[in-house]
Amino acid sequence: MHEQPILCVRNLNKQFGGGCQDCRETSTRKLERNYCSTCGTVYACQDISLELFPGEILGIVGESGSGKSTMMQCLYFDEPVTSGDAYIHDVELEGQNVFNLSSQKKRYIRNHKYGMVYQNPVKGLKMNFSTMGNIAEKQIAAGNRNVTTMERTGSELLENVHIPLFRAKEEPRNFSGGMQQRVQIAKALSNNPPILFLDEVTTGLDLSVQANVLDLIKRIQRESGISMIVVSHDLAVIRMLADRTIVMLNGAIIEQGLTDQIMEDPQHAYTQRLVYSLL
Amino acid sequence: MKTMTHFAFFDEGSKKEIRRATLKAVAIPGYQVPFASREMPIARGWGTGGLQLTLSLIGKTDIVKVIDQGADESVNAVSIKKLVQQTTNVALTENTEAASLIQSRHRIPEVPLTKEQILVLQVPTPEPLRQVEASEYITKRLHAEDEYSGVWLLLFEQIMKYGKTATGADHPVYVNGRYVMAPSPIPRFDNQKLHYSEALILLGAGREKKIYAVPPYTDVNSLAFEDYPFTVESFADHTCYLCGADDVFLDELIDETSGKSYYQCNDTSYCVDRLNSLKEKEAAPTHA
Repeated sequence: MHEQPILCVRNLNKQFGGGCQDCRETSTRKLERNYCSTCGTVYACQDISLELFPGEILGIVGESGSGKSTMMQCLYFDEPVTSGDAYIHDVELEGQNVFNLSSQKKRYIRNHKYGMVYQNPVKGLKMNFSTMGNIAEKQIAAGNRNVTTMERTGSELLENVHIPLFRAKEEPRNFSGGMQQRVQIAKALSNNPPILFLDEVTTGLDLSVQANVLDLIKRIQRESGISMIVVSHDLAVIRMLADRTIVMLNGAIIEQGLTDQIMEDPQHAYTQRLVYSLL
Repeated sequence: MKTMTHFAFFDEGSKKEIRRATLKAVAIPGYQVPFASREMPIARGWGTGGLQLTLSLIGKTDIVKVIDQGADESVNAVSIKKLVQQTTNVALTENTEAASLIQSRHRIPEVPLTKEQILVLQVPTPEPLRQVEASEYITKRLHAEDEYSGVWLLLFEQIMKYGKTATGADHPVYVNGRYVMAPSPIPRFDNQKLHYSEALILLGAGREKKIYAVPPYTDVNSLAFEDYPFTVESFADHTCYLCGADDVFLDELIDETSGKSYYQCNDTSYCVDRLNSLKEKEAAPTHA
């Protein structure tokens, strides 16, 4: 049986810079990693195609500078794409390339269909607003105008991510890094998005806190069946979370398959290096 | 030596530019129209936005009233009045009903305005989203996309902290169902006077270089959550100690000797009018 992917990305390209004669043609371009030495254009994402199926966790792994985060930002509309299509399997959005929608429509998708957890909580949270306010912000954006229900949802979510309720009215800048990350997760989940993006969520956290956050993500997936894209440079994180994995290098996908398969039998030289360095 | 100044201080080009911005503001209720705020003989932040609107609108037959926090005789109001009068020679008044052009800081007069009148409000911060978003580039886009969750979030935070929306003044309003607008720091008490106002209301921010408007008979709704309805300041059980009014915005004053507080109308001309009419009634001969 073939399931229909909930998110389908086709030939996503993202470049920083105008390009020149030497690098404009995809087939003949000679890049230094992902960078054209003649004109300085950076090809951050080159021809990325991927599919995300309902309820699965898709891992994206690669070294820093490989275009993982840029791809994520493109999908979340933080950055405009240079070219490419993305389709969301949804009654209202069926068959529409979401990259070409109006900015209002994109905002609607962000507020209703997507959740995002950034590597740096400063990007995802308003540090001078209360934790409850931060969680409510997403619900307000999705059209909720009832304080009582928003507060109730917020309390439930905070309980889920193990943040004591007596700190709900405190500002997240007073929190530890791990707590901030968990508040971000609570916020991203507040309007029940079908798709969740996690960008290097555990980077910079100590091991026990890392384990906590990973546990939480696993549990959320198990209980609510949200589809997730998890970006990380840490293979251990990917191995624990992801069902399928994509390996990126210099802005392009070099290998993809089941996570176990990639871990046990890496094909590409870079992936082999990556996997062997894990131990 | 007295230098000759142009009628209403400005050259005609400046008036034209400000009027053009004003027309655009009237055409798009609640939208902040940028304009080239002029250097004025008073400092920015002291009512230059309102003053520029007043001077660009004024004609020889206008009758002008200027109020500052409800008072006709505060230094600021008097200085602005003098400037307008010396450069235009128009008549001044303190009587709200007699005025055709009213410039005000932080109050809408108690006497209902009519369609013959224009109210000009001085605005310090025209951007209701400024507290959540520092960048003008982004706030412009948020307005364009009708994305006001930031304003709602500010109200939500107040409820979280104080158990109610605690805006002392400048409670945000939806104008004509489209733009969220900062109504200048008028008390919440005055927000309802914006709704379907018969008079044209113009708001000018000199320092921030913005003009916006609430045209007559425009829908103006104060933002409120479903379960926390909008409320105005309550002066239940208090009356003005001079005129006895109980349905107006009152100032709380402290008696220095006894330490007790007493209340007085914030709108001075309204209070004086009431006192005068009470006196007339007393003086009128009785034919018993």
